[in-house]
Amino acid sequence: MMRIQARTEPSSLMKVASPLIAIVCTLLFGCILFSALNKNPFEALHVLLIAPLSDMYNVGEMLVKMGPLLLCAVGLSLCYRANMWNIGAEGQLLAGALGGSVVALTFIDSESVFVLPCALLAGIVSGMLWAAIPTFLKLRFNSNLILTTIMFNYIGLYLLIWAVNGPLRDPDGYGFPESALFSEAATLPTLFDGSRIHLGILFAILSAFIGWFVLTKTHLGFQIRVFGADEPAAKYAGFNSKKLSWFVMLFSGALAGLAGVSEVTGPIGQLVPNVSPGYGYSAIIVAYLGRLHPLGAIVAAIFLAVLYMGGDLAQIQMGIPVAVVGMFQGVLLFFLLACDFFIRNRLIFNKQATH
Amino acid sequence: MKLKSLLVGLGLMAGVSLAHAEEPFKVGFVYVGPIGDLGWSYEHDRGREEMQKYFGDKVKTTFVENVAEGADAQRVITQLAKAGNQVIFTTSFGFMNPTVKVAKRFPNVVFEHATGYKRAKNLGTYTLRTYEGRYVSGVTAGLLTKTNTIGYIGAFPIPEVIRDIDATYMGAKSVNPDVKLKIVWANTWYDPGKETDAANALMDQGVDVLIQHTDSPAPLIAAQKRGIRAIGQASDMSKFAPKAHVFSVRDNWAPYYIKTVQQVMDGTWKSQDFWGGLHDDMLQLTSINPNLPADVRAKIDATYQGVKSGTIQPFKGPITDNTGKIVVPAGHTLTDKELAKVNWYVDGITDKVPN
Repeated sequence: MMRIQARTEPSSLMKVASPLIAIVCTLLFGCILFSALNKNPFEALHVLLIAPLSDMYNVGEMLVKMGPLLLCAVGLSLCYRANMWNIGAEGQLLAGALGGSVVALTFIDSESVFVLPCALLAGIVSGMLWAAIPTFLKLRFNSNLILTTIMFNYIGLYLLIWAVNGPLRDPDGYGFPESALFSEAATLPTLFDGSRIHLGILFAILSAFIGWFVLTKTHLGFQIRVFGADEPAAKYAGFNSKKLSWFVMLFSGALAGLAGVSEVTGPIGQLVPNVSPGYGYSAIIVAYLGRLHPLGAIVAAIFLAVLYMGGDLAQIQMGIPVAVVGMFQGVLLFFLLACDFFIRNRLIFNKQATH
Repeated sequence: MKLKSLLVGLGLMAGVSLAHAEEPFKVGFVYVGPIGDLGWSYEHDRGREEMQKYFGDKVKTTFVENVAEGADAQRVITQLAKAGNQVIFTTSFGFMNPTVKVAKRFPNVVFEHATGYKRAKNLGTYTLRTYEGRYVSGVTAGLLTKTNTIGYIGAFPIPEVIRDIDATYMGAKSVNPDVKLKIVWANTWYDPGKETDAANALMDQGVDVLIQHTDSPAPLIAAQKRGIRAIGQASDMSKFAPKAHVFSVRDNWAPYYIKTVQQVMDGTWKSQDFWGGLHDDMLQLTSINPNLPADVRAKIDATYQGVKSGTIQPFKGPITDNTGKIVVPAGHTLTDKELAKVNWYVDGITDKVPN
């Protein structure tokens, strides 16, 4: 019969083969699923996975979608490396959007070049603050970081909804819960005409390289890696776990806050109740798909952005219902994580069961 | 050989021109919820289906459901325009600014935005006179209440909801001078959990007829559990609470979708602010409970006919607000432009419009 056995060493073959097996399994599943719905499976897979990269407009939109995912995922990768289970990127992102909007709306009549940097800075600081509270609670009172960061996602969301229904609501907006449109001076410049690619995307890619540099080239990064791999060893070596925890959490909060403020000063251009369709949660998937490596997160963020966009295109071009799209996306992620399992484990077939 | 290729060429050309002649007129829809929400998006999709049936092969409709009202909306609307849709209906308030931005980029495509207030040469708006149905609901609730207390679940304090609250109260008071109106804000359009909480909070205050401005059937279910009456919103909700259900005021978008698409096909379309109501059947009273007392039933029918024919005008002066200010002078009836800005409660509502 079969049983599962942990490998003594992670399989280097499976490390390479795992994503490939997952993709093959997903494609097979997709063929069955779309055939069962009387849709041409090859066309459907093309629309879902390739069409989002088919022209310059779509590539631009893919990058717009990738930006906030990547910013959040880079921070989370560092947190998870250091065993800090921060689920709060969503709240930190919303705090950043709110903080940045306060600055953008306070100086809405200003044409100064300092408005945008101030708004971005306010977003970053707000994100850090939102990460700092659960960090403090954990280090001071040993509270569960997973729970407190999730709670702070909700507090952040409701704070934002309150603000957009109250003090930040557009006075000329007939009472609808939206802020006024930000001024030109508080809007991130786009990089190409006719595209929504904005400066925030460069921040995201830059952040991945900074994350990579910190993690692999600095003593701090070395400590983070040791801490994640073997906590007792790290403590024995005298690494300051509090300092490391503060560093990864504030770094993560800053990047998530930057993601939030880049959304409101970038493609959205105002504060709305729905700043994020759950980027902070999706970024957890991105961080894991990227194997908790900041550069891996770039690939994973592109992958997830393509998948989300393909979902819209499948509805537009083929009339595939959103529920089926969600199912396909879920199965793809399931296969990816399931195949990863076999990097550290293997199936054993033994014949003892015969007697 | 030459003749043959010529024939083939001619055949191809004929094929091409034939294909061109038969090319259907493409119409796109963007929904904020899933089409299975049984409320707002569901009714828009039924309108789309009916419009599709009316035009048959001449029209091809495409819809994208569950579109977040953030950065994603602009991409989805753009992609519908790029896919060759000649009319695009964006059916939620939060799509307003994204629709404005896309309309600028595609001057030859007609955009129609539901419930918004920004228009352009190729961007019109449309909404419903929900206050008409609300007036009938108010009359009904005023007759049915035994505690002289009716309850209203508000969505957001925007003019549409404020004026519907006013219309409800004026309707109720016209048949029951002692009636009181209690209001609870759910601060959501669709959230069964919050709507249930709001319904329970109202019932705890002695409310025995519930009216809701939110879209889920949850308040009706809560009402049935506690043995009181409730009026359905947006779609026919009778099956969720057959005992509690008085009637539903259904949104019927099909007449508008048929009319607009026909106008664009004929080249007679012009950007305008359209309001549909009882008289053009865009609001309907559905599934009136057969167990209502005969006199109540008769009054419902009379009020419906009165509002429909225009002999009853809910916002006809003189109307005083609840601070004593005359808001509609005698001899004046609020125009659509004025209706779009209502931000006061009529005299007798013991509450304050949230700021």
